[in-house]
Amino acid sequence: MEDITRHRYEEGKPRLRRFHQARWDEPIIFELSRQGQRGILVPEVEDEIRDQVGDAMASLPDYMCRKQPPGLPELSQPQVLRHYVRLSQENLGTDVNIDVGQGTCTMKYSPKINDALARAPKVADLHPLQDEDTVQGVLEIMYRFEQILKEISGLDRFSLQPGAGSAAIYTNVSVIRAYHAKRGEGERRDEIITTIFSHPSNAACAKTAGYKVITLYPDEDGYPDLEALKVAVSERTAGLLITNPEDTGIFNPRIEEFVNVVHEAGGLCSYDQANANGVLGITRAGEAGFDMCHFNLHKTFSSPHGCGGPAVGATGVAQELAGFLPVPVVDFDGQRYHLNYELPDSVGKIGPFYGVVPVVVKAYAWAMSMGAEGLREVAEIAVLNNNYLLQKMLEIPGVCAPYARGKRRIEQVRYSWEELGRETGVHSEEIGLRAADFGVHYWTSHHPFVVPEPCTLEPTESYSRDELDEYAAILAHVAREARSDPELVKTAPHNSTVHTIDPTPLDDPDQWATTWRAYKRKVQQHEE
Amino acid sequence: MGKKRLGLIVNPVAGIGGRVGLKGSDGAEIQRKALELGAVPRSNERAKEALAVLSPIAGDVELITYPAEMGEDVARECGLEPRVVGRIESGQTTAEDTRRAARAVEELKVDLLAFVGGDGTARDIYEAVGGDVPALGIPAGVKIHSAVFATSPATAGELVVSYLGGRVSRLREAEVMDVDEDAFRRGVLSARLYGYLRVPFRRSLVQSLKTASSPMEEASQSAIAAEIVGRMERGCLYILGPGTTTRAIASHLGLTKTLLGVDVVRDGEIVAADVGESELLELLRGAQARIIVTPIGGQGFILGRGNQQISPDVIRQVGKENTIVVSTSEKIHSLRGQALLVDTGDRGVDEMLCGYVRVVTGYAEEILYRVSCSGKT
Repeated sequence: MEDITRHRYEEGKPRLRRFHQARWDEPIIFELSRQGQRGILVPEVEDEIRDQVGDAMASLPDYMCRKQPPGLPELSQPQVLRHYVRLSQENLGTDVNIDVGQGTCTMKYSPKINDALARAPKVADLHPLQDEDTVQGVLEIMYRFEQILKEISGLDRFSLQPGAGSAAIYTNVSVIRAYHAKRGEGERRDEIITTIFSHPSNAACAKTAGYKVITLYPDEDGYPDLEALKVAVSERTAGLLITNPEDTGIFNPRIEEFVNVVHEAGGLCSYDQANANGVLGITRAGEAGFDMCHFNLHKTFSSPHGCGGPAVGATGVAQELAGFLPVPVVDFDGQRYHLNYELPDSVGKIGPFYGVVPVVVKAYAWAMSMGAEGLREVAEIAVLNNNYLLQKMLEIPGVCAPYARGKRRIEQVRYSWEELGRETGVHSEEIGLRAADFGVHYWTSHHPFVVPEPCTLEPTESYSRDELDEYAAILAHVAREARSDPELVKTAPHNSTVHTIDPTPLDDPDQWATTWRAYKRKVQQHEE
Repeated sequence: MGKKRLGLIVNPVAGIGGRVGLKGSDGAEIQRKALELGAVPRSNERAKEALAVLSPIAGDVELITYPAEMGEDVARECGLEPRVVGRIESGQTTAEDTRRAARAVEELKVDLLAFVGGDGTARDIYEAVGGDVPALGIPAGVKIHSAVFATSPATAGELVVSYLGGRVSRLREAEVMDVDEDAFRRGVLSARLYGYLRVPFRRSLVQSLKTASSPMEEASQSAIAAEIVGRMERGCLYILGPGTTTRAIASHLGLTKTLLGVDVVRDGEIVAADVGESELLELLRGAQARIIVTPIGGQGFILGRGNQQISPDVIRQVGKENTIVVSTSEKIHSLRGQALLVDTGDRGVDEMLCGYVRVVTGYAEEILYRVSCSGKT
């Protein structure tokens, strides 16, 4: 009998996967619409039931009823099913690939049981306007989860309301603003300091809140520049927004001194813990003297990212700032859980209601399944995985890890393919497109575009050594191809769904369309 | 669609003076001296590295070049079949040949003019055809102060492919600078800004999937201009150094700035255009003033290259605290972590300017960045 597993190995080592993705040339759903096509028609209500219940729709207020039906596409149920299953087959989503290529996003595996919990009717059917007596269970989850976050951060009070990491940073900037305003220094303190490798949301949120933004660049050793910070602070400093480890995976060893310098100047310090996956249970914001922090539950705490959809940026503050948090917060009097709207200096609402409750449920379930020891182990394995992958990557000629060279990293690394690019003319994005031919996702990196030809890999705790080996072997193979046959890489992907797209319309409002209606309008304008 | 036209001009002696320590290759005398010292021209191998990247699109491009060592030879070595125009005395070419070649190639309406050389070559190209033709420098010279050169020959080749293939469509104005080689050999570095060539520009180092866009250079410049204009005070003199970013400040005020010179603005009006040092010192008498400069050229000089009118005396009078540095963050990032540089010719002033400076990079945006004396980098 033939050994059907043999082709997977060469001299005992695994070969690269022979991958080919589906290509359906699937139309946009609006193109599939035909007038009168319908899904499953629910039967009319029988007379006996109508006699008992009356008109179920009658209680809907008139202003809530559409005068015209919405312009949705008209399809049958199997057409809809086919459409979306096909699209899913054209994706390199997190459930089909070794998803270490989306660094800074902490693409860990999210156990499906936690999704099932959040989808259970006891959670899914809740309404945010229900009386608090009827939602004691979910309030208890929120309260208990807050206690976990307090323990992990060393801070004293949390809000789960912000619906994203950026919303959390914006909350913290709002707290900084309200704090200085209350002390009569709001006008004078108009500068926020950040670093170039802190997540760019920090600079963006400070700017959105009306602050002038001062950005620090790395020192000569590649670490955040303490001397620059000392020059930057003044009586105009409102606060410091800083990520640690930064998006390069480099941990700032002088973080406590950073905090002290800003405190001495009268500013507050906010810790962006989007990169907390490598420091859970190991370092705490409170110990470093931070006044506030935030965690992304959709990253570190395993509730999935939801395609940029529902998330929670849990925002924590020290006791002196607790009164500034968004309302409501969940209080417990020993018997009952309450929604407390009475915070004296609250910055108000940062999102609707209490935050995205299903995300909190998933994060709570995950944290409870890990336990305190398990959370620390998450960080340890994430760091180990990352440094293992770093070692494998640095064996590939043409790639390097700029800044703090020769030092270990925490949970991710921003690599540079500059040398390979200079020698072969192959760019980082092309390496990523070629990697897709082997069934793995890879992206370059988000701005700022300081590291040339970058890619950021973050293996998290979810992947095995074999899987990291496979990922590194794919990139090593692509790097070899860049030297032996650069055209092959530059024209990739060859085994994937969409071959190449023209990126230029991405920053041209005349050429982009985010809805079908806008698309049709712009095409028509163009034709005219 | 017809074939794209690529012009190629090789300065055959570019870089010849470098390895033998002659600090440049301008002039027949120096070139002979360099050859005597055993120098080997680098431009041919550099051109080859760039052209190698072109081979996949060779069939879609009409390559127009000058005879023999000015482009024809290297093109043929790389298996390309160029259309050759003009005539040269092989082995005896001069800067005049570069200029003639540039004019000849430009007349044939090329889509892009690639040239192999250094600052002197860039200057010859600029002087011959002006700043309208899209152009790109393939670095081979000793002196590379101009910002018109790609970072390496391979990068240049790749940029040519991307530009002709329509994958890169943006052009940006990049400085053409050159130093006086005679003075340089005597130990004095005096770089002048000669003009701007429009070079293809990869929008950012990468195309990112996570961010929608990175602001275009012009948008960044006008944000910087809005910030600076918002800070302007009545009665104060603003000394605007050369540069496209300082030009954007003048445009924001509705003024037209001298592109290569230093202009002085007060209360929204130009009070003196294209001034020299003595005129500046005259204007400064008893006046409150600020200097606004931007990095000139590819090496990050903010003072002492291309803006020597803003002399040590001028800087001393205005003061470090009144010297404002403006730059797009893209330009700062292109320095790759290297400090901004000053080389005013006065040690004391240079040292005064060293340390950290707040660079205005946008509206309500500053970065803190290191400044070094050029000798100490």
